This record gives sequence, structure tokens and C-alpha cells, in this order.
Amino acid sequence: MVTNGRGQVLELRKEIDELLGRGAAPVAYRRLGELWRQEQGQASAAFVVSRCEKLRGQLSFTPFRLAILRSFTVEPAIILLRAAAFLSGIDLQVQVGDFNAYPQEILDSNSSLYKFSPDAVILAAQACDVAPDLWNAFADLSSDAAAAAVQRVVSSYRQWARAFRERSQATLIVHTLEQPSVPALGVLDAQSPLPQRADFEQINQQLRTLNGELRGVFLLDYDALVARHGRTRWRDQRKWLTSRMPIVADQLIHLAHEWLRFLVPLSGRTAKALVVDLDNTLWGGVIGEDGMTGIKLSAEYPGASYQALQRAMLDLSKKGILLAICSKNNPEDAMEALEHHPGMLLRPQHFAAMRINWNDKAQNLREIAAELNIGIDSIAFLDDNPVERESVRATVPEVTVIDLPEHPVDYAAALRDCPVFERLTLSQEDRERTVLYAAERERSHVQQTFASKEDFFRFLEQEAEVAPVAPATLARVSQLTQKTNQFNLTTRRYTEQQIADLAAVPDAQVTSIRVRDRYGDHGLVGVAITRDQGEDCEIDTFLLSCRVIGRTVETALLAHLAEQARARGRRRMFGRFLPTRKNAPARDFYSRHGFQLQSQNGEGSLWVLDLAHANVPRPEWIKINITNGGKN
Amino acid sequence: MFEQVRRIAADLFAVPTERLTSESSPETVEAWDSNQHLTLVLALEERFAFQLYPEEIEQMHTLGDVARVVEAKVQAVKS
Repeated sequence: MVTNGRGQVLELRKEIDELLGRGAAPVAYRRLGELWRQEQGQASAAFVVSRCEKLRGQLSFTPFRLAILRSFTVEPAIILLRAAAFLSGIDLQVQVGDFNAYPQEILDSNSSLYKFSPDAVILAAQACDVAPDLWNAFADLSSDAAAAAVQRVVSSYRQWARAFRERSQATLIVHTLEQPSVPALGVLDAQSPLPQRADFEQINQQLRTLNGELRGVFLLDYDALVARHGRTRWRDQRKWLTSRMPIVADQLIHLAHEWLRFLVPLSGRTAKALVVDLDNTLWGGVIGEDGMTGIKLSAEYPGASYQALQRAMLDLSKKGILLAICSKNNPEDAMEALEHHPGMLLRPQHFAAMRINWNDKAQNLREIAAELNIGIDSIAFLDDNPVERESVRATVPEVTVIDLPEHPVDYAAALRDCPVFERLTLSQEDRERTVLYAAERERSHVQQTFASKEDFFRFLEQEAEVAPVAPATLARVSQLTQKTNQFNLTTRRYTEQQIADLAAVPDAQVTSIRVRDRYGDHGLVGVAITRDQGEDCEIDTFLLSCRVIGRTVETALLAHLAEQARARGRRRMFGRFLPTRKNAPARDFYSRHGFQLQSQNGEGSLWVLDLAHANVPRPEWIKINITNGGKN
Repeated sequence: MFEQVRRIAADLFAVPTERLTSESSPETVEAWDSNQHLTLVLALEERFAFQLYPEEIEQMHTLGDVARVVEAKVQAVKS
């Protein structure tokens, strides 16, 4: 627990209750974040949760249902998790299973687990419960018996995971097994070719293959988590024996944070871009004053702290997180360092956008979001200056502001610790995103020199590949439904499992579109889901990644859907527009393409196209290649 | 000490601080069940950076008992 003076914390609490009383929800929420950063424990968690519950109507939290199957007491970690989740914008509802009842709960499709209809399920079983022989009686086991025990454990897990997958579409998160902190045979264990530790490693290694075998099954490396915080400091033998609570009080927060690392990406509360300051953040010192030779940035201390931060940023960019700069500086000074300083690991091409000027940071952040075509709430902001951080928190509350520790040596670890950068899967598009955006910058530069939009479209030489969803594209298709907010007509989210199920329905079609142009491959950027019923075909989902908005790709995809529906003998095509805070770019989509307004209510509008008499013309400047699946 | 313990308990049991006295116990406070008892113990361990033994936890029948155990533990850790 971090405590910054009890008096200060009590003052803060008073202020929060006062703010709540006055109905100042955003400020109260910000102060709750501050309180939580100062003190993360049971009591403050209870306080944060009870106050956030009051903010429900006033702030937009993402609701999320989590079930935890367990072999030990997890309740004290849950209040910590709920507090941390609330402050990440997630309103968690948690159901906990009975002690060691998870096999029945998983196998019985009428169990309370499935009745709860969770979005995600955590299977938190302890090594000493699942493998008591390997944990407790290892000294008694022959090497054959130990190997058999390993196989028994692995096949139980495989059986549970498969059974779960057949009964639920929820995400499953499986804890790996921790190793005993002291081996049964003491130092002798390390002399053996098959030490006790190796058995647990082997179980964990085989558990990891579940991720490849089953959709939506992920591993939480509990063993690594315990090791990271120290095995002997983690385990509380006193409370394990009396209350089945095996974790020391002040370590519970680490378990809650590890859970949150999964829940943030699952609830779509991730950041797509990291915007960083330069002076005293990417390097030590001020470039405008200290100059190229004066700033600290090298493999040696103190410059090493900044290189470590840059390395952490590079790692994020490999996961598809865009990097951008927002710095108060003279552009020439800053560019000189970015381009030529020998200590820089990051160079201008690593940044998808830059605002190096003397303007207000809030304004710059809004511009960066617009330039990158992402929502302002998809931006995370990193700055060493607490005043800038507080100002951004106050003026652009949608931005995730990363709290940097006081000393630069701890910066890299703080960045790596942020759950908003967690990803559970990585697509080819994610890996190449930085390159794609660099090409996009050149494209928009070129666009300004054309006489007409059409001239520009022809110049682009776009090629589209339209295909039914296939096993190789399932992850990306699902990811697009989860992440796309702007050009998304209905904003319906689907898991991989749900997409796979839909694709198997005879009257449903899941179609994806890939786009390439003279600058390179954009990858899979659009998804449409249609369903036939009698003479009608309804568009359930229609979305496009912001990367290709405004280039008539949407027209090409809609034209294809209409042609296919007609070929299947449908007479009318229906489409809905369900407005959200973000999908204004898609609002006039159906009217632009000749659909007639059929009805309208508070939820949205319904549009129809008479396929017998009207047509959606294909844009002549996009070459379309169609792959036919077995079904159409 | 009692004041600190009382504030922690008030947070956890979601009751106004003034509703809790040294006589308060699981019998008089509705939210004070066995789970919340464990949470209270953990909250005290976090706050005062010690670990209680089962025998010490067993003595915690009322909020006054809790404060006494904590006080003794804090003194023991100091010396």
C-alpha cells in the first residue's frame, strides 16, 4: 500500500463527498483516481467502489460481467479489482463460484456459472489444490508417477476448457500453476534432472497450448506473477490454513491488477495511441537549452533511464500502438534531436503524428486524435510534468493520463505497467500499423494536389478483396467488431466464437474486405454481416476501419452485398443505423446509397433498398476480387 | 488507535463512522460477516504493515477488541 500522509487522504475523501453532493461528477471521479493512486487498499477500495456506484448515471462506464471459479478465497481481491476497474472506466459485476466446485460448474450447463452469462470467466485454481501430490508429496513419487500426475492435471484442464467452450461464448482466462517456494528435497532438487519445479513448468507449458487449440482461451501467468513479487512474500500460510486465503494482504492488489490487464482489452477500454512529451520524458534535460550534447540520452546512467523508456515505447509500437509527440518546443531543436541524436532509439518514422509547438496540450491532443482518425478516448498521454498531466486530466478527461513516478529510472516500468496497452491477440495489421500510418501521411499529402476527389481515387489504384470469413481471418474480423467505433452502423460487438457460429448459420453471411493501394497493403479493414429471411436480406453489421474511410471502399462493399443478395434471390435489403456518441461518420451511409427511410425511433433508423429496381453502383476506380465461400 | 480502526471498519461495512462503537460486533453490524471479518483483518495488515497470527484474530470479537489487538501488535513490532 502506498500512503502519502493520512491527513491528505482524509481531506481528499471529504472533498470527494462534497463534490458528489454538488453533482460535480467528472471532478469527483478525477479525485477518486487521485485518492486511489495515493492509497490502494481494502478500505480505500470500498470507498472508491461505493462512490463510483453513485456516478453510474452520470459517467459512461462499460458494464462487464466476470465470473471467478476458484479453489481459494478471492473475495478480498475482488473489491480491489472493482475499484481499479471503475477507475479504468469499467463497471464490473462479479460472481464467485464455490470453493473447488469449478469442475461441476463447468460441466453442468445449467449451473449458476452459465446462468450468470458472464463476459469472461477466470479459472483460478491453486497448484496445491489441483496437484496436491506434486505439491505436497513430491518426495514420495517415482519419476513415472510424477509424469503421470502432470498428464492428469493437464488433461483435466483440457477437458474443462473444452467443455466450457462448448457451453459458453465467454472468454476463459486460466491461471497457470505456481511452483512451491521451497522444494521438497531442498538443494537436492536442483541436482535432479527432473526437479519438482520442472513438473509445474511442464504443466504450465502444456496449458499454454490451450490458447492455440481453443478460441477465446487465454492464460494468466500466475506463476510469473507470484515470482515477480517474491514467492515467500506472496504466500500467507497463516491465513491459508485458517481462511483459505493464501495471499498476503498487501500483495492482493497485484493479483487484482493482473486480472485488470485482461479485462481492459476485453471491455475495449484500451488506448490505440501513446502521445509523449519530449524534454525530461524521452530524454533528460531541455533540448532548447541544453542542446544536442547537453541532453541525457545514452546507454549509461542517467541517459539509460530514457533509453529504457524508449525501448518500452518501441515494444508498444510492435503491438500496434501508435506513437505520437506532443511537446512545447521549437520544432527545429526537437527535430534535430529526433533525427540525429545518437542515443535515440525512436526516430521520426516511429511517430504517426507530431505536434511540436507552443500551443495548449489539450488542443494538440485533440488534433492528434483527429489526424490519426481515432477517438480522443483512445489516447494515452505521457508527460513528466505533473502540472501538464493535471491540466490534461481536467480539460480532456477522456484521455488516459499516465502517472509517472518521480524518478526517471522508474519511467519505463510505469509505462509497461499500464493496462490500456494490453492486447490479448496480435494481428498482422497490428504489427504493421506504424508503417501503414507513415504511408497514410504521404497519401494525405498527395491528396491535396489533385483537382478532384475522383482523380485522387483513380491515382490511388485501390484493389479490394472481398471474401467470406475464414479461420485465418476470424480473429481480425472479431477484433474489428470489438474496436471499430466511427464507421460502424450498428456497433454490435462479436467474439471470435460468435463470428465462427454466425458463419456456420446457413442464412447468415460474414464478409470481410481487404484493401491495397499504390502505397501498400491496408490489410483486412472492413466487415459486413448479413442475414437472409424470406425475401429480405438484413445488414446486421457494417463497419470499416477508420484507415480507409472516405475512399469509397464502403460503397464497393455495399455494392457487393447487394449483388450477392440479389444473386441469392432476395428482393429487398434492409439496414439499420444505430447512433452512438462516435459513429456520426456513418450517419448518412444508407441515404447516400439510395436506401429509403423505412422507420425511425429512439434507438435508430431502418432503411430499405428495393433490389429489383435499384442498384448500388460499384465505384469504377476500385478493382474488386471476389473469393467465394462454400455457402454463397 | 480505536479511531483509525473505526474509520477502516466504516469504509468496509459501508456504515457511518458514528454508528460504530467499541461494542460493535458481527451481531450488531449487518455487513460484518465472515468475509468482511477477513477483509477487515487484511485492511489492518495493509495499514499497519504486520501479519496477524490466527490466535490474535480469534480474539477480535468486538471493534474494541480489534483495536486492542492492533495496538498490542503495533507495540510488539516496534520493540
